[in-house]
Amino acid sequence: MIKHNARNLTNEEFFYGHKACGGCGESLAVRLTMKILGERTFAALPAGCMSAVSFIYPNMAFTTNAIITPFASTGAVASGMAAGLKALGIENTQTVGFAGDGGTADIGLQALSGAIDRNDDIIYICNDNEAYMNTGIQKSGLTPYGTKTTTSPAGKNLPGSITMKKNMFEIVAAHGIQYAATASVGYPEDLMAKIEKAKNTKGTSYVHIFAPCPTGWGHGSEVTIELAKQAVDSGLWYLAEFENGEFILNKNPKEFASVENYLMAQSRFKHLKEEDIEVIKNHRDAKWAKMRKDWQQK
Amino acid sequence: MNRPKLKQWQEPVNIDAYPVGSTCPSDHLTSINAGWRTYRPVIDTDKCVMCLRCFLLCPDGVIDKSGEKLVIDYDYCKGCGICAHECKPGCIEMVKEEK
Repeated sequence: MIKHNARNLTNEEFFYGHKACGGCGESLAVRLTMKILGERTFAALPAGCMSAVSFIYPNMAFTTNAIITPFASTGAVASGMAAGLKALGIENTQTVGFAGDGGTADIGLQALSGAIDRNDDIIYICNDNEAYMNTGIQKSGLTPYGTKTTTSPAGKNLPGSITMKKNMFEIVAAHGIQYAATASVGYPEDLMAKIEKAKNTKGTSYVHIFAPCPTGWGHGSEVTIELAKQAVDSGLWYLAEFENGEFILNKNPKEFASVENYLMAQSRFKHLKEEDIEVIKNHRDAKWAKMRKDWQQK
Repeated sequence: MNRPKLKQWQEPVNIDAYPVGSTCPSDHLTSINAGWRTYRPVIDTDKCVMCLRCFLLCPDGVIDKSGEKLVIDYDYCKGCGICAHECKPGCIEMVKEEK
């Protein structure tokens, strides 16, 4: 399998001239994914930032075939596209769905579940920026504890969102999927290696990409990559894979980087008190204790 | 530079001129993003060691690596500053746009 890096990555762009905010982590995830999958790729995008920024009539930022799907049906439309390509005898293609965290963990969950159940030959990418950003920062199932969003405001009584992130990766893995992985735009080489694996997987594959959003998170546009890396280093996000029925933890830091530095760099967490940060740390430690015990480490 | 180019496009003048189905082929850009920028990244090509980290991490893919030196497509650079922030030798400077 090719080991991708900046040097051997194609100079060709397949997602270009889009209108995403400056410093958008999600658009970097889509750009790198498209570069690995190549020009014979068919993309399905539900309502969400990535379709809103690339299909602005008469602009079209994808240089390949791409379609906007109903919000709930990324998995179903991608399945249909793969079936259509097969019926027409069009070979050497990739079918990919790019959905956000809300479009994956909440609204599109059953269509994704159906696609994995049928083991259709598609790649499903979840671009996780931890809220419904396109519609103005509403809480989703993947919004972490203590996040200030417009539907989970922080105040005297509540620290913002009071639920933890849904275990989306484990939910997908529980289907017995062919290949699933988590990645972060802060670790681009790892991200590209996982997309390459997904590309070479026969059957459904799922890659969950952690991608900061300067607009929704309230941080400078230049620190997007740094924050994505800090999230992994501080243990609030993890890099893992699910292959042949086994969980593999790719990165197991001996010591976590400072959670406070990561949280306080973003205005969505600025209001957090010490006891709220303690809740976040305890949840992180419990999650890591379980992962370290049950998952293989490589 | 090897990047998708701006296309000329005529707005349909009456209802019959509107296409049935897809409105245009892929890779159809009719407007540029340069006006979004407050600061423009400028690469000091003498100091640049061609590590290509900026090329890898640019969300807009505006840095072209096909030539001997890196070239930025200023039509589509939004000036987010990721390239300058991530550049290890520190050879990208963010310069305020005039006017």
